Amino acid sequence: MQAVKMVVTGPFSAGKTAFIGSISEIDVVKTERRITAPSEQIKETTTVAMDFGRITVDEDLVLYLFGTPGQRRFDFMWEILSEGMLGFVVLVDSTRPETFREARRILETFQSYASTPFIVAANKQDSEDAWQPDDLRIILKLDPSVKVLPCVSIDRESVKNVLLELLYSILEHLEDEES
Amino acid sequence: MALKGNLRDFTTAQLLNLVNLARKTGVLTVNGREKATISFDQGKLVYAETDALRGDLGQVLYRAGKLSKKQAALIDEKLKGQSDRHLGHRLIKSKMISQADILESIRQHILNVVYGLFSWADGTFDFQANPEPASSRIRIPIELDTIIVEGSRRLSESERLNDELPDLNIRLQFVPRPENRLGKMNLTSDEWRIINYISPKNTIKKIAEANQLSDFEVRRTIYGLIEAGLIEPIRQIEEPKYTSRRQVSPQNRKPEASAADKRGVVNRLIDRIRSL
Repeated sequence: MQAVKMVVTGPFSAGKTAFIGSISEIDVVKTERRITAPSEQIKETTTVAMDFGRITVDEDLVLYLFGTPGQRRFDFMWEILSEGMLGFVVLVDSTRPETFREARRILETFQSYASTPFIVAANKQDSEDAWQPDDLRIILKLDPSVKVLPCVSIDRESVKNVLLELLYSILEHLEDEES
Repeated sequence: MALKGNLRDFTTAQLLNLVNLARKTGVLTVNGREKATISFDQGKLVYAETDALRGDLGQVLYRAGKLSKKQAALIDEKLKGQSDRHLGHRLIKSKMISQADILESIRQHILNVVYGLFSWADGTFDFQANPEPASSRIRIPIELDTIIVEGSRRLSESERLNDELPDLNIRLQFVPRPENRLGKMNLTSDEWRIINYISPKNTIKKIAEANQLSDFEVRRTIYGLIEAGLIEPIRQIEEPKYTSRRQVSPQNRKPEASAADKRGVVNRLIDRIRSL
């Protein structure tokens, strides 16, 4: 059985656990704890080690989705989770501009781990306070070749679209490497 | 779609850069020390005012020394409700002031407002798309590139600069075709000196040493050049800090999958996710 993995990263409360939960065939294996820090109490629990989801392709191949913990104090997990990844998704809560700088730092950190393809998913696009993906591209200083996609992480079709676009980018990357 | 936030999380340079690159048309309202209203057309600054620096033409000309206090008050009283364009025509026709003086006074007023905004560290902002921003005003289109560089020169907050450019060991390179932007900018001799040192070989620290600039000065200048889209940091791949428990010695390592094998895996994943 061959296993491949993709990483879903992004700032605290970007929607990573919901993203994996929308597409995983198993209940997401969560490592959540109740939040005690007052500054982080915009939700009740948060991921402290990783989230884990699975998509079985056939009897020989399985895709694992790993969600990273969002807070900086757990960043020692990031490099471990990124090892051998096929690509990664940076999930950004488009309605919380105060997290964009952190999203940029996480993105730069993951880029420094490996030159694997990645995609930016502008989450919560169903909210009227959401920034447009094109504006996020500029504020995150993304190269024009990086895809920035609208996303609603609780919507399976939206999550499928993000993962498919990441896979298309990985294919292009492999073709570039060959030529 | 919204473009809302707080200046705690974005610098004014970043906001203007966004408007510039996205060629936005509309009105940016900032509620900080006071209320500021800034209008843009196709990514160009066209008008600006604050509570203290009111933008109606009479007040602008009074502050520029082109009208006396009495004249400005009279205009306020007699011509209330008329557009600035109409008032401008009347002033020129009555030979009180030249067209060139009016345009230069407005231009200076707009720049004063926007440069002042660079020192605001806090304040909510909201950009609303509007096809005809500041339609009652005399609009002077001003390119934002130069304003971003000049505004960053005036930045006095070293803490924010440290946050934006924490690592002085990074290297820089020019963006593709920087000459397209350089032509529009008025750079200082310090900025030109720094530009001479932009090379993948030089870290920011090295550039500061060569030019005898402090960390703060070099950060401020380079930050302005990055935000104006002239230069960009070079990203580097780090050596992994952690070793997987599953990692095996080189002689026992399985051969790397060929590109064709990898493509096969990715295509199978695509088929599977499409079918979900």
